Parts: sequence; structure tokens; C-alpha cells
Amino acid sequence: MAETLVAAAALAKSFRNGVAALAGVDLAVADGEFVGVLGPSGCGKSTLLRIIAGLIEPSAGRLERSAALAGRIGFVFQEPTLMPWATVSDNVYLPLRLQGVSRDAAAPRIAAMLESLGLREFSAAYPRQLSGGMRMRVSIARALVTEPALLLLDEPFAALDEITRFKLNEDLRALWRRHRCTVIFVTHSVFESVFLTNRIVVMTKRPGRIVADLPIDLSETRDNALRLSERYADSCRTVSRRLAEAMA
Amino acid sequence: MNGSARMAPIVGPIVVGALVIALWQGIVWWFAIPPYVLPGPGVILHTLWSDGPSLLTSLLVTLRITVAALAVAVALGGSLAVLFSLSKTIELSFFPYAVILQVTPVVAIAPLIIIWVNNVFAALLVCATIVAFFPIVANTTLGLNSADRNLIDLFRLYGASRWQMLRLLRLPSALPLFLAGMRISGGLALIGAVVAEFVAGTGGAETGLASRIIEAGYRLEIPRMFAALFLLSLTGIAIFVVLSWVSRLLLRHWHESALEPTD
Repeated sequence: MAETLVAAAALAKSFRNGVAALAGVDLAVADGEFVGVLGPSGCGKSTLLRIIAGLIEPSAGRLERSAALAGRIGFVFQEPTLMPWATVSDNVYLPLRLQGVSRDAAAPRIAAMLESLGLREFSAAYPRQLSGGMRMRVSIARALVTEPALLLLDEPFAALDEITRFKLNEDLRALWRRHRCTVIFVTHSVFESVFLTNRIVVMTKRPGRIVADLPIDLSETRDNALRLSERYADSCRTVSRRLAEAMA
Repeated sequence: MNGSARMAPIVGPIVVGALVIALWQGIVWWFAIPPYVLPGPGVILHTLWSDGPSLLTSLLVTLRITVAALAVAVALGGSLAVLFSLSKTIELSFFPYAVILQVTPVVAIAPLIIIWVNNVFAALLVCATIVAFFPIVANTTLGLNSADRNLIDLFRLYGASRWQMLRLLRLPSALPLFLAGMRISGGLALIGAVVAEFVAGTGGAETGLASRIIEAGYRLEIPRMFAALFLLSLTGIAIFVVLSWVSRLLLRHWHESALEPTD
């Protein structure tokens, strides 16, 4: 049994304006897992992710983070969230720079990361010169360049067209297999979560609770052929049913 | 973009300017208006030529005050804005006084400053700085506070220090607004320098263009007034053009305001 990296117990969050985002979330994520958090818009998925990242504090309940995670969490936001004044390469350098890595020491790591996300020839480009999909690739490269133990993604592909999104899904899955970090992926898309993950937790509408925890038993490698398979369709059906129950 | 569309921003103003000047000259001729009431463009041009050297010396004095005031305003206003961004308490405590300084007409406080500050150049510099510094404080504060929330979170996630947050995130975020503030302040510094000199009155060896205008007014040398006024406008335009150019240079890679049209 792999080590538990993140354990949430009866986690609740209410904001100062009175909105209750989470009500009693229990979730344990083990090392090496690829977990999808699926739920309707505004169900507190993002709030859960931000609490896990340590960006906000829960109002009640407990969150335990493994010591191995200290300084080793990557975060990808819904928007690419790049610095418009910095080149692609400088944007990817940012986390290393903040951690005190010199530019020379970082250069090979940045180059390797840009290469693996298909961004090599864009290293000197500015974000505004890139398409939405490419910007998101830069954002993922920035999150992975520190070799995080835990990667948190907050609906990163929601704003992209489906063709770009499918390609990025495939690439993200391949990156996960290569880097073997733990991933928590928040989405409101059944198809995306089934395609990407090995486990899906389904949340209710606000205030969010986890009502289903489903293993996704598909092959390790995922490609476009999988999208047409019966097993994929079956999994999507199961997950859709549970999501519908959660919304009822 | 085709050729004629590219020339439109240049040709349009030139045509309008030429028409106005022609009309002005025509009216002066037609009604035989004496030059001590309204000099025609020809007489002004002639005065500009004959009085040029003496006016230019004065212009240099005004320009020195303006540039120094803008520099002080940028340094002072910029630092104040950074201080505000570091502490909400400081911002809330000091900002109202910056506003008070801004809304008090400089003509009203200039006499006091001229009494308090012995050196004329320094007194005029203080007045011009007071007028120029507010847009920089206000804009830069706004810019420093408008950094992307998610980027702030990202910096926090990676344990960025306050200094890193300021240097790598808040300052670059504030740059476009700071530069916009500086463009406004450039013009205000010139106005401040001129107004302060009007209040100070003539006197001393080194006097600026405002003194030339007052003198010329007393002596009913109206064409000379116009010539000085013309030089002042030209200076204001030059300051604006230079600061716009600096702004475009600094923002050309990334900010919407500085991008080349793509169509």
C-alpha cells in the first residue's frame, strides 16, 4: 500500500460572505494516484484544491499533508495564468527562480520540460503570441519543472476547444506516466475525468461533499482509440449516473 | 493596413492645422487687426526667429525645472506607491493627504513655498513636483494592487519572499499604469513649473518662459507672448511624445496598448 500523501477529514469551508463551499469532505490520496474530482460548477472543487495546496485554510476539519510534500506541490489554474511580460522560457523558470535556482542551473531542466510539452521553438515567444492550448502547455510545463510530488489541476482545459483538449488529455496522461507524480485533477467533464484518471470522486452541489469514490479500471496507456471503446463508454455511463445522483 | 490609412493620423492634423493658420492669417488681414491685439501667424513666426535665442535660454530654465520635477515625482511617487503596496495601513493613513495635496491649487500654495524656500529654482521645483506627483502615486498604487490573484497564489505556493513578490510580480504588473501616470505627470510638471513662476514673478538672473510671457505682457509685446506660448506648447508636446515612446519601448512585447496593429 502506497503512502498516503493527503488526507482530508470532515473538511469544511465557509467564506466570509456566508457561502458554504464545502461541508464535511473526507478524502485520502495515496502516492502515485491520478484522482479526478468531478462535480457541478460551483460545488467547491476549486476550494478543496486550494485547501490541499495550502492557499486557504479550512473553517473546520483537518487536512494532513505528508512531509514529503513540503515545497513540492505544483498547481495549474483554470486560466494559463502566465506573466505576460515574460517569455515562455522565463515563465517556466519562475518556480525555480523563486526557489533560488540559478538561471544556468535551471536552463537544462527548462529546455527538457519545453521539449516534452512540444514548446521547444516557442521558448523566446511571449504568451500573447501563443494559442490558448499552447499557453496551457506552458502553464503545465511551469508546474512540472520543479518535479512536484503532487500536481493539482483546477479545470485546466475547460476553456479549450475539444480537439485541443483531447490532445492535451493524452499528453497529460503520458506525462503522468513518465513523471509518476500524484495528480489531483478537478473537472466538470465526465469524459475527461474517465479518460485521464484511475479514480474519480464525485461531489454534490454546494456545499460540496463527496458522495462516490469510483475506481476507473481502464488500460494504463490512454489514447484516442480508447475514446471509441466499449469499456470507456461503460465507465462514462457509470460515472454519469453517479454524477446525476449527486446533483439530484 | 494600406498606405493612405497609415498616413491618416499624420495628414489629418496637418490639414486641419494649415486651415486654421490660414484662416487666422486671413482674419487678421481682412479686419486689419493690429498685432498688439492679435498678431497673425506670420508676425509670430518672425518674432520667434528674432527673439529665438533669448526665449530659448528661458525655455531651458523652464525645461530644467520640468525635467527635475518629473524625476523627483517619479522617484517620490514611485517609492510612496511601493510603500503603500507593502502596508494597507500606511496606504489608508497617507493616501487622503496625497489627495489633499493634489486638490489644493498650486497657485494657492506657491506663494508660501516661495517664502519658505530661499532658492528660487528649488521653490519652483517643489511646486512643479507637487503638481506632478499625484498621477504617479495613484496610478502606481493601483497597478501594484492589481497583480493577477492567481499569480499571487502561485508565488505564495512556491514560498516567494515579499521582495520577490514585489520585484517579479507587482512591479511588472504596475508598469503600464505607472507609465500612463508618468505621461500625465510630464505635462503637469511643465504646467506646474510655469504656474509657479507666474506666482513667483520675474526676478533673478535665471528666469523661465513664464517670466518672458509676463514681461512681454507688461510691454504689450503680444507677438512675443505668442512666441513664448508656442514654445511652451511645443515643449509639452515633445515631453508627451518622448514619454509615449519610452512607454511603447518598455511595453512593446506584451502590453495591449503597445502592440502593433495586426490587420
